Amino acid sequence: MTITEQRPGYRYVGTRPVRHDGLDKVVGKARYAADLVLPGMLYGHVLRSPHAHARIVAIDTSAAEAMPGVRAVITGADFGDLPADDPERNMTRNLMARDKVLYEGHAVAAVAATTRRQARDAAEAIEVTYEALPHTLDILEAMEPGAPLLHEDIFTTGLDSEPSEPSNVANRTCYERGDIEQGFAEADVVVEGEFVTKPIHQGYIEPHACVADTGQDGKTVIWCSSQGHFRVRSQTAAMLGWDTSRIKVIPAEIGGGFGGKTTIYLEPLAVELSARAGRPVKMVMSRDEVFRATGPTPGSVIRVKLGATGDGRITAAKAWLAYESGAFPGVWAMLGCMCVVSPYNVENFLIEGYEVVVNKPVNAAYRAPSAPMAAFATDTLVDEIARRLDMDPIDLRLLNCPNKGDQAPYGPKWPLIGLRECLEAIRDSEHYRSRPAPGHGRGVASGFWFNIGEASSATVNLNENGTATVVTGSPDIGGSRASMALMAAEELGIDVHAIQPVVGDTEVVGFTDVTEGSRATFATGMAVVEACRDLKGQLRGRAARMWDCDVDEVEWADGQATHSGGEHEPLALADITAEAGRTGGPLGATASLNARGAGPAFSVQVTDVSVDEETGRVTVERYTTAQDAGTAIHPDYVEGQMQGGVVQGIGWALNEEYIHDADGVMENPGFLDYRIPVASDLPMIETIIVEVPNPNHPYGVRGVGEVGIVPPIPALANAIHDATGARIRELPMSPPRVLDAIMSGNGDGG
Amino acid sequence: MSRTHVSCNINGDDVEFLCDAGESLLDALRDEMRLMGAKEGCGTGDCGACSIIMDGRLQCSCLVFAPEADGATIVTVEGIADGDHLHPLQQCFLEGAALQCGVCTPGFLVAAKALLDRNPEPTETEVRYALAGNLCRCTGYDKIVRSVLAAADRMKEEVAG
Amino acid sequence: MRYVAPASVAEVVALLAGDPDARVFAGATDLVPQMRAGRPEPSVAIDLKRISRLTDVSLTDGTWRIGAAAPTADLTANAALAADLPGLVYAGGLIGSDQIQNRASLGGNLCNASPAADSVPSLVVNDAQAVVAGSGGERTVPVIDIPTGPGRTSLQPGEFVVEFLIDRPPPSTSDAYLRLIPRTEMDIAIVGAAARVSLDGDGNCSAAAIALAAVAPTVVLVPAAAEALIGHPADDDALAAVAAAAAEAASPIDDKRGTIAYRRQVAGVLAKRAVLEAAGRAGNGGGR
Repeated sequence: MTITEQRPGYRYVGTRPVRHDGLDKVVGKARYAADLVLPGMLYGHVLRSPHAHARIVAIDTSAAEAMPGVRAVITGADFGDLPADDPERNMTRNLMARDKVLYEGHAVAAVAATTRRQARDAAEAIEVTYEALPHTLDILEAMEPGAPLLHEDIFTTGLDSEPSEPSNVANRTCYERGDIEQGFAEADVVVEGEFVTKPIHQGYIEPHACVADTGQDGKTVIWCSSQGHFRVRSQTAAMLGWDTSRIKVIPAEIGGGFGGKTTIYLEPLAVELSARAGRPVKMVMSRDEVFRATGPTPGSVIRVKLGATGDGRITAAKAWLAYESGAFPGVWAMLGCMCVVSPYNVENFLIEGYEVVVNKPVNAAYRAPSAPMAAFATDTLVDEIARRLDMDPIDLRLLNCPNKGDQAPYGPKWPLIGLRECLEAIRDSEHYRSRPAPGHGRGVASGFWFNIGEASSATVNLNENGTATVVTGSPDIGGSRASMALMAAEELGIDVHAIQPVVGDTEVVGFTDVTEGSRATFATGMAVVEACRDLKGQLRGRAARMWDCDVDEVEWADGQATHSGGEHEPLALADITAEAGRTGGPLGATASLNARGAGPAFSVQVTDVSVDEETGRVTVERYTTAQDAGTAIHPDYVEGQMQGGVVQGIGWALNEEYIHDADGVMENPGFLDYRIPVASDLPMIETIIVEVPNPNHPYGVRGVGEVGIVPPIPALANAIHDATGARIRELPMSPPRVLDAIMSGNGDGG
Repeated sequence: MSRTHVSCNINGDDVEFLCDAGESLLDALRDEMRLMGAKEGCGTGDCGACSIIMDGRLQCSCLVFAPEADGATIVTVEGIADGDHLHPLQQCFLEGAALQCGVCTPGFLVAAKALLDRNPEPTETEVRYALAGNLCRCTGYDKIVRSVLAAADRMKEEVAG
Repeated sequence: MRYVAPASVAEVVALLAGDPDARVFAGATDLVPQMRAGRPEPSVAIDLKRISRLTDVSLTDGTWRIGAAAPTADLTANAALAADLPGLVYAGGLIGSDQIQNRASLGGNLCNASPAADSVPSLVVNDAQAVVAGSGGERTVPVIDIPTGPGRTSLQPGEFVVEFLIDRPPPSTSDAYLRLIPRTEMDIAIVGAAARVSLDGDGNCSAAAIALAAVAPTVVLVPAAAEALIGHPADDDALAAVAAAAAEAASPIDDKRGTIAYRRQVAGVLAKRAVLEAAGRAGNGGGR
């Protein structure tokens, strides 16, 4: 189902062709990084820390080096250290520990050997002497003065006065407007609560993998699975101290990322091992390594207080957010601050966020990073307000809905946004209009993610037979090749399957930022459109030559050149490309741009659940999501992003969590006990694509990849409350926690 | 240590390979036979990305010791199409956008084939439970389940037609 | 590691007798993950699946013989077995995915000795006997006597389980198994409960057995729950007594999968529900 605000009559955009890379993926031919085999290839293996926090006293690699098949052994000492102010310094110290290990799973050494088995055995033969240090795993504990310090050089930034002592709090973010005291004084209803979440893994099915082949010329070629091979190049160069021109990165197919493959873990190790061994080196993580050593999204403690008038207008919001970053600081608290009350117009607010390091794996982005935890707090409390005031939760949200021109809490004025349309789409849906089945509870929530633009490049070449090749630098994570081809088809007026979309390596296409912030179809699509428009100008010129007329007399429409005077028969694109050799040579165009004006994304969702009140098990009975896509280029894959985001949110809400023992060792580093949803856990996920076109994109695209994961946690929490009367403020809402909440009767009285 | 010799039939081809006794069939398929369709997502039987059909039984090839395959008949994702003619499941997965990143897709196709081979008219619930051993993190399963049901319908029509 | 696939029980006995580091396996669904987690490889992995006695499922003279290495999918597919022992067959069908059930066996599930093993409570309430082979010949042992703690069994070095013997249940008798997992599939039980109930002509329970998984170091038989039931119909009062007895018999631990309090509570709930389900089937005549 699609709700369209205004939709020009497109011929290709908005259709659902079979994706270009689909065939290879259903016959087992698509080549992911772990599928590459090179002649003479060695296997790499990483030795990881068993300690959550320890000083590395000594590393003895001699026994490992003497083992059969071993061709190279490296440790942190084999890489140069970056200066303290280098932005990539923490990344390099995460790739390979230097003087301290900061979490269980932190890489300490790596081996390349002839077989996987030999590499593993040799890595285990490396003797590391550790001096165990006290560790800290809990956000609030880590924030306390006197907590074990991860870094001596972290002094909290963003405070009113500069601290004299180092701490585990890296920075403070603050957004403030209006008079919060006055705002609460105007409120008839005040609700507040503390919400706690655990780290969550992105859970992509393909473990990290790469192959590096370093030549005697000092150059290297890396094949890898990533969300952006240009970032792999720059980060690998930073770790190695190399010029980027020595590194070529070839993107393999990527088996899921969700933000977790926006940074690197293995590539510089593989390059260095390959350089030392003089042979290609493949490195593939085990699932256990993926959980222990790659980025989860942060755990959090979030306190929110909201005030509203008796007629439902939110007058004040106070939010305190602490996000754990793992072993090195990130930007997670700031992102949470940007999102925490953004689906609501609030005149008076004070939002402050703290970034806290703890002895856990370094966090990486995960789909609308930091927003779901923030929404858990705010949208649960908004539900409480609705109940206290006996208002429909959608009506309450509509009453407080920001519009174009209102100022967003984090600063900018809202451009054209589709939150209201999403709220109305859910309100008017068959799901929301029908009553929940007896015994089922219903919950509603909304979510926001700002989306980003960044740099993208595209090259479009026309072939002599009238087909086109579209080369971009954005890896295809979930159907973006098809989206690029659809936009090019629309521009050029040729069939979508006459276009071959290609993901180019770092030496065949211009610089393109990593696929994050739901930017690929928006920003890279913009580059494709710009290149196609350049080509259309060239095509007009060629037609003018063929007709021996002025170019102003040539128009381009529907994939053909027409003469304004009607003196010539129209020329199809293929007629012109066939003559290209005689009219000026091959036709091609390149566009590189910094995309601006990413359209903010909103989603509103409703779910019905049943709860077994004797065991606390929650069953998701029905789920509907509405999301503003701007314009859905390929609706199947827009729906796919919406559904995938929702189900990840369901997993996060109900069962997923990192569990560490008292020593900081992860207890559930596998899919058996890190419980991502399975097919039988779920109903169909009904989708409503709302289209409020983004005026800053030629086709109105907004990013669709992320915001879908934001509302599920509060939607389910609200539905569980509706079914049982119990308010749950800590994740996951697993059977033991739900049963405990039911039996202790901790409702909100609403 | 000497390696174990294994003879088996994979996707209709009689093949032989050498393996270590403790090696998984998944590694043997990938490293020895260069059949890269089956993927390792976990190595512990929890994700189904390495699913194959061995002697008519759906299995996780990561849990099978490679020497167990001696004398066996094995079907991998590379073998489910009939030459250039895609299996209806493959066709329906393409048309139904049942894949995003595609890395779990080979396992799903093999598991779904095993399901339809024994139960040509599954309900949605039966499809969901039969595929519970295959993890997908991209799609939320919706379009996968719909595509399996569509393939069942199509196969029924083909039989009837 | 060597791999061997003997064709007879005697060969397995000989292999085990000569090598304390040899290990038998059926599905390897526990063995492989354990090896990947760093547990030492066995010197020899002895594949039991090529011995027909180990994989056959048959009914002879009123006794079911279930090969210790028979994949649980074969139990699910056996309609006669499923009619006689629906709880046991259902439990076997809960072990992992379809992929796993094409390899996992009752013998493996028992001898891996996880307290959370799904099929073991059902074997226990049905008074299953395990035929154990070793260098001293074969002996028959009640299943409940085999697990002695997490990962530990009473099997002597060189011994392995060949098959299970279960007498066909009498009329108006049936069993059931229920477990609590956070998801719908692919999880280890937080709590499991099996019940077997026989009804007399008046609808009162004439015999009963209740056993629990994942609430103690080994499977727990709860005689007090059975006593609370015998002589009564499976009504609210009797079920409440069953639940209380089961909760009382549970002595669980706190771990990553559940808490003590939660496991106690749910042990009672599942025991009650399993009795109700078994009694319902028994009231319809059981498997006969």
